[in-house]
Amino acid sequence: MTFTVQFLIDVLSLGGAYALMALGLVIVYGILKLVNFAYGELIMVAGYAMFLMGGSGLPWLVMAGVAVIMAVIAGIATDYVAFRPVRAKSVTAVLITSFAFSTLLQNAALLFISPRPRPVPLPDIFSQTVTIFGAITPVRNLITIVAAIVLLALFAWLMRRTVLGIAMRAAATNFTMARMLGVPANLIITSAFAISGFLAGVVGLLWIGRIGTVVPGIGLEPLLVAFIATVIGGMRSMTGAVIGGFLLALIDTTLNYTLSQELLKFRDAFTFSLVILILLWRPDGLIKGPASGQRT
Amino acid sequence: MKRHLLTVAILGGLIVLLVLVNQWLGIRLYDRIATNLCISLVLVLGLQVFMGNSGILSFAHMGFMGVGAYTSAVLTIPAQMKGMALPDLYPFLQAVQVSPYLAIAAGGIVAALVAAALSYPLMRLSDAAAVITSFALLVVLYTVMTHWSQVTNGPRTLFGLPKATDLPLAAGVAILALIAALVFKESRTGRLLRASRDDETAAAALGAHIPSLRWRAFILAALFAGVGGALWGHFITSFSPKAFYLKETFLILSMLVIGGANTVTGAIVGTFIVTIAYESLRGFEGVLNEAKIMSNPVIGLTEIVLALAMIAVLALRPGGLFPTREIGALFGRKKTRQENAG
Repeated sequence: MTFTVQFLIDVLSLGGAYALMALGLVIVYGILKLVNFAYGELIMVAGYAMFLMGGSGLPWLVMAGVAVIMAVIAGIATDYVAFRPVRAKSVTAVLITSFAFSTLLQNAALLFISPRPRPVPLPDIFSQTVTIFGAITPVRNLITIVAAIVLLALFAWLMRRTVLGIAMRAAATNFTMARMLGVPANLIITSAFAISGFLAGVVGLLWIGRIGTVVPGIGLEPLLVAFIATVIGGMRSMTGAVIGGFLLALIDTTLNYTLSQELLKFRDAFTFSLVILILLWRPDGLIKGPASGQRT
Repeated sequence: MKRHLLTVAILGGLIVLLVLVNQWLGIRLYDRIATNLCISLVLVLGLQVFMGNSGILSFAHMGFMGVGAYTSAVLTIPAQMKGMALPDLYPFLQAVQVSPYLAIAAGGIVAALVAAALSYPLMRLSDAAAVITSFALLVVLYTVMTHWSQVTNGPRTLFGLPKATDLPLAAGVAILALIAALVFKESRTGRLLRASRDDETAAAALGAHIPSLRWRAFILAALFAGVGGALWGHFITSFSPKAFYLKETFLILSMLVIGGANTVTGAIVGTFIVTIAYESLRGFEGVLNEAKIMSNPVIGLTEIVLALAMIAVLALRPGGLFPTREIGALFGRKKTRQENAG
């Protein structure tokens, strides 16, 4: 019983974080059909915003809010710097510019802050633990689960019920047609980046809450996770991204419990080989999204 | 044909000129930079063979450079050093010690074999899926290199490689790579592959078997990467897996993209420009650190400038400096035009 609860909470909290990361990546991919390599750096931006406000004495929630807003701004900046100038030209060009933008942000952090880990202020509740059915669980895992449920519900509502969400889904299905029917392309794309930044900001707080410090390279792991999750779930489907996130968490947690120490070192190699295999078996991922229209 | 010879002559001349100027100056620091430049040329030309002809971005290139470097290291570290450098090495490899020149070739061949074995299924994918899998491949190779301590000494630095690479050798290999890249580009495989780059559906309809074409280019690219990695290993003589990851990928990619991925000329010109810019910026960083203008040591400035240059080039000239034509063709065209006018 204890083990089951422990395992379940591990999977759900890790999966919740993974699902949010994947969602932030796939919302941009869905519309533009382009991968944003600078996605992990949005998480880094949120982390450094927290670090810089660390000594200010503001309430934690205010700092967290500002950090998320910084991530949103960084997301929009990605659009303006890396995507808009080259969007219409070539797929490869955009991939490279977003990779370059990611390097730019990372090295800016190296240059202006420090290559060494920096502490991030965290509320006390993040370090407390509770016992559920005999399983000792950090409270932050429960916070992650709740945050994931709330955000996923909010996101589903946004995409289904609001004009913005419907326009975004229309643009993801058939961009040209949506434009012809009066959906403003640039606004939709910028909103997608803003939402991507918002999700990255929230995930960043939860993610950094596990470690307590922020380094310039912190974005790499979330980026890889988001990649795998979206690829497993289906690059075009947002539901797929969420399912992919939870599935990846299930695989990771199971490997953590079952692999021997010797093999655990190679865990990343295992998961990435799995991605390659899934892509070979189903190049569109497990869940097929709407048929893709032409890019801008 | 004539214009290709002209291209080889101009670009090869550039490399020879580099060697001659360096001999004439005789400064050791420049010797290091020039050798690094020639090794980068081999790597960038390898990336160009795949990326330029197939139009698919590949992140895995650096991983194959690592495969080449480690293969060559295992084959050449002197037997008595192996006990220290690679304490967990498999017994049957412990006594092996071959000439570095053989080992450099072996590094390329092993990298090509690994690429051949791993990549065939991946070549069916295009666009974003292809990029993500190549990224995944890089992570897999890096993870293996970091943890397979029997062969790579794990994440720790591997040392004890005999120093065998000097500027003439690196320059010679670079010229060979230049010729091979041009020959591949104009070969039947290369032409069909470029047709598939420009229009996948049309090329497939004409009977081009795209995965197999891409596969051949990928293997050749890995061969270049492996040789480049082995050359680099015998130049630097000690390295760790970190040398074959994202930062270096970014550097190699920026060389290719700024010059122009579609042409061999672009690959070479880009490598020259980026290496010179990189080394001057590094020097500038050093000066800043000496002067202690900022309280922390200045790092990362070089990458910031390179990233900005990359974004600017792609926004203004998406094809790079030499987007479609080789330099020989450009000169040839000018001449014909003058003759016509005259």
